[in-house]
Amino acid sequence: MTFELSHYSAALLFALCASTVFGITQRNTPKDMFRYGAYCFVLFAAGVIVASWAMWVIKH
Amino acid sequence: MANPQNVATVSQRPVKVADTPAGSMTKIAPIAGWLLPGLGHFIQRRWIRGLLLMLAVFIMFFAGLGMQGKVYQFNTGDLLDILGFVGDLGAGVLYFIARSMDWGAGNIHRAVADYGTKYIVVAGLLNVIAAVDAYHIAIGKKQ
Repeated sequence: MTFELSHYSAALLFALCASTVFGITQRNTPKDMFRYGAYCFVLFAAGVIVASWAMWVIKH
Repeated sequence: MANPQNVATVSQRPVKVADTPAGSMTKIAPIAGWLLPGLGHFIQRRWIRGLLLMLAVFIMFFAGLGMQGKVYQFNTGDLLDILGFVGDLGAGVLYFIARSMDWGAGNIHRAVADYGTKYIVVAGLLNVIAAVDAYHIAIGKKQ
């Protein structure tokens, strides 16, 4: 069984799973867990986009 | 004259922490959580948290295998290979299943396979974080 993902979708799946674990383990209440998980997910996704543009700028 | 409450307190046999249910849970929860992702939360009746943690680790691990990522074996060679083995081992029973089924041979011809290798390592590391969280719940540091 092989699993085909683009680079970006692989990064998003990574971000989703990692931010889920971060949210649950780093906060105490369900509301705070959800908010922190969403915050981590946004940071992961935004970080990927920023890093991608940075590499594009370096190349050109 | 001695306070009766103090006497009663002093005369009581000291109870070891490990004798109490919460004390044994401090050992069982992190080990169970390491062996099977989410189990450390399940045995403490944190059903939703345990399920989400289990899903996150399982999805990462099997997506990594699906991307033809590499599962590291025990080795004493390159430092990154040793750390990769330690990270993979964090996935507990998933690692042993993958090794026993001979999954995770890796594929150097696919760029995504390298992502898969990282997915598998990170799945193990996230599971360690989850096991530590189960321990914190057991000792009462967290609800």
